[in-house]
Amino acid sequence: MIEKALAVAFQIGLVLLLSPLVTGFNRVLKARAQTRRGPSLLQPYRDLYKLLRKGMVIPDTASWIFTATPFVLFVTTLLASLLIPMVSVAAPLSLFGGVLAVVYLLALGRFFLALAGLDTGSSFGGLGSSREMTISAIAEPALMLAVFTVAIGAGSTNLSIVAQSAQGQSWRFLAPSQMLAFAALFIVLIAETGRIPVDNLSTHLELTMIHEAMILEYSGPYLALIEWAAAIKQLVLMMLLVNVFFPFGLSADWSPGAVLFSLVLFSLKLLLLSIVVAIVEIGNAKMRLFRVPELLAIAFVLGALALVSTFLFQG
Amino acid sequence: MWPICELYSAGLLVYAVAALAGLTAHLRKTTAAWIAPLLCYAAIAAAALEFSASCGALFAGAAFDWSLPSGIQSIHYGVCLDPLSAYFNMALSLLAVCVGVYSVGYLRHGAASRRPGLFCCFFNLHLLSLTLVFTASNIVFFLIAWELVVVTAYFLVVTDHESTEVRRGGILYILMSRGGTGLMFLGFLLLASAAGSMEFQAMHGSGEKLSPVLGASAFLLLFFGFGVKAGIIPLHIWLPAAHPVAPSNVSALMSGIVIKTGIYGMARVFFDFYGVLPVWTGMLVLVAGVVSALLGVLYALMEHDLKRLLAYHSIENIGIILMGFGSALLFRSFGYPQLAALALVAGLFHTLNHGVFKCLLFLGAGSVLQGAGTRNMEEMGGLIRRMPWTALYFLIGAVAISGLPPLNGFVSEWFTYQGLLAGFGTTSTLTRMAFPIAGALLALTAALAAACFVKAFGITFLALPRGESAEHAMEAPASMKTGMALLAASCVVLGLGATWFIPIFAPITQRALGVQITQQLVAGNSLVLTAGSVRNGSVSPLMLALGLVALGVVPFALWLAPGRKSSRVTGPSWDCGLPGLTAANEYTATAFSKPLRMIFGALFRPRREIQAEFDVSPYYPKAIHFESEIEPTFETHIYEPIWTAIQAIAARMRKIQTGSIHAYLAYIFVTLILLLLFGVRG
Repeated sequence: MIEKALAVAFQIGLVLLLSPLVTGFNRVLKARAQTRRGPSLLQPYRDLYKLLRKGMVIPDTASWIFTATPFVLFVTTLLASLLIPMVSVAAPLSLFGGVLAVVYLLALGRFFLALAGLDTGSSFGGLGSSREMTISAIAEPALMLAVFTVAIGAGSTNLSIVAQSAQGQSWRFLAPSQMLAFAALFIVLIAETGRIPVDNLSTHLELTMIHEAMILEYSGPYLALIEWAAAIKQLVLMMLLVNVFFPFGLSADWSPGAVLFSLVLFSLKLLLLSIVVAIVEIGNAKMRLFRVPELLAIAFVLGALALVSTFLFQG
Repeated sequence: MWPICELYSAGLLVYAVAALAGLTAHLRKTTAAWIAPLLCYAAIAAAALEFSASCGALFAGAAFDWSLPSGIQSIHYGVCLDPLSAYFNMALSLLAVCVGVYSVGYLRHGAASRRPGLFCCFFNLHLLSLTLVFTASNIVFFLIAWELVVVTAYFLVVTDHESTEVRRGGILYILMSRGGTGLMFLGFLLLASAAGSMEFQAMHGSGEKLSPVLGASAFLLLFFGFGVKAGIIPLHIWLPAAHPVAPSNVSALMSGIVIKTGIYGMARVFFDFYGVLPVWTGMLVLVAGVVSALLGVLYALMEHDLKRLLAYHSIENIGIILMGFGSALLFRSFGYPQLAALALVAGLFHTLNHGVFKCLLFLGAGSVLQGAGTRNMEEMGGLIRRMPWTALYFLIGAVAISGLPPLNGFVSEWFTYQGLLAGFGTTSTLTRMAFPIAGALLALTAALAAACFVKAFGITFLALPRGESAEHAMEAPASMKTGMALLAASCVVLGLGATWFIPIFAPITQRALGVQITQQLVAGNSLVLTAGSVRNGSVSPLMLALGLVALGVVPFALWLAPGRKSSRVTGPSWDCGLPGLTAANEYTATAFSKPLRMIFGALFRPRREIQAEFDVSPYYPKAIHFESEIEPTFETHIYEPIWTAIQAIAARMRKIQTGSIHAYLAYIFVTLILLLLFGVRG
């Protein structure tokens, strides 16, 4: 019981600490690639600290939904992160929900965020909500197909068991089904975390905003919670990608040596994935909104192919 | 020993007495204010009696069987509370209690308040006939009760019969229902001929005794016959026409439980009358489920009439239930009774869950309709301030119907997913692919439903009021709030307490499939739900909910950590610096669904018309008229040709309708001769 609580606390701490770093690293990479100096790696921490101390303005049109949303979003995202193996192959709460619970907890947060966008009455909020719900809806089938491929391979939707069974066959990530599913999930990651070419988090141009449009009216500590939740969500999806498809080095127990080794390996995997995301962002221009469904259709086809190849190569 | 028989009969009796009392009051032209509440209390009492009888039958496991001779040999008015009947009757009476409480306040206004006696007469009669449909134990009695449901529902729908839209909806409903009954009737006759009896008990497994062709025809007749009632696409067009125009408490009952009579019929036929069915039947049901779910939610997204939107969501959820039933049929054909039981539990649990949250949402829409005086979402907005409780309950319903954790919709969709996932283990190539694809489309459906309820809740309740009536909306009276609160609480309890609820499916799967799966579906001190075993996947709505609450500590700690001394002020919306935000700036329901309308343009074929009036130059429009509509594909491409054909045939048939008594006598004579000849030959 105590060990369980410690594992939960450890993973919460790690997720909270690591998530702004991933965002910071992404910004540094992009800045370097564009030969800018860019902000420091630690800038997201400073931003969060500053926002948490600032005062805030609540729009007079807003209801309690506006106040509740930052908390709901933060808590659901954090809980989702506890269902995924991070450094130990046994995720702290994996018994209480598998990959479906992860997807639907994120959906619960998104549901409230979209409501908060509508709550302020500004046209930008509605615009953001409408686009966010549209894109997440058409990303969902591709996400599920990729997830199903993995779950079928392992015979379980419990992510710890999925990671365990993948560890058993060390070269499994080279199987066509796994590679295709990874590609599908990667596209979903780009779309769900608001990366170029789907969304651009560093713009406030009304024609292109999606995520930023919904949170336009937030300020101060509420904004900090929402930004942090967005960073955690990004980490959650990246954890899903690296630890489910490449579960090397996930420690089987909680001995300090194994945990440290696993932590180093996990950071390396995250680093690699962040570099790939940054390369995609640098190499592409933002798409028109109505081109995004085509991108997600590609992800859907990749997911379907992943299933077909599971079927072909495993019999 | 639970007095099941006494409770059940007492319930029926109270319904009947209340219906008679209502009729008497109507005939005496009494419109006193106490009539409607009194008869609603009677309905609540009757429903409570039925509820306890059904729970007794479910938990005691004692099938109660009772019949009354009809004077005709081999036909009696028999009722039986076997596990399946008891389950549906329990769902019915649970919803009837909540709707009854709501109706006490609701009937004070609106069209029903003008003839309270008549309305309550039909209301009680409707509940009575629904109880009989779920419990009738032979074909004849079942069909009588079935028709009584149709007729009473028709009269309830056309309560506000001065409006053309209402009459049209009512007529469409009764016509299509009659068509469905015709199909069912033929299917039942085929099965009864195989069983040699009209008793449900004797018809258990009678489907196999028919030849393959006849067995398949009976299956198709019954599937489409019940499908009309359930509202599967393409037999759904009556549903969005009739449900929205009825008084809201009737809409809630119709979407919550009346369409489930179709599901009950299918469960009875698929898993009781047929012991085994060929693979294509399972595929048909699965595909019908996927198509209904996806198209249902897509049409719902395009609606800005709150009640029509909810009606289309009923089609979607019937689709989800059928996905469970379809996979159960497939698993049974491939010889995996355990998996079939899992999928059947998913479908049956979603039946109850959908009943609860759809009832809640329709009652919420009823409060909004009464408070703000419109069904058009584009005229609403800001109601969360005027109607805080209705808004809260509607939000709970919206989260539940979107399948979000930890409420009940999530649990049954989770089981449906697990059933579909397990389908990859089957042997046939086609089904191995069909299952996961169906799962992916279920994910799309659920995500679109979430988008639709962000729209429904956001546009109706949030931001600034878009119309005069929304600005002065009034919160519902206490009884209406209580009815909704009961349903909202059921959504929470059925979600968080699912582990304790699941065991009631054990006798149902035992009788239908010969296995009890429920022990395997619950693990870890009744805290965790599993997909057959913990290894296959597990979820715990209760622990997730507790986790969400416990993790609430983290944001509060962060909040306090930096030693905050900062202020929280209320000001006008920033809106990118534009001053003077008005309701005209807000996003509308039509605008919200625009991206999806364009993405699925091939289905909707949207048409729009913009006319601008100018004063001086085309850069300064004085007024803009905007009109947008989508093509009602099924109406124009399927039903209109059929309607034209019927009219053409009717025009020809008119020739034999001479209106002369001699001609009719001749027809009767010829018919009689033919029948006699037929009889002699036979």
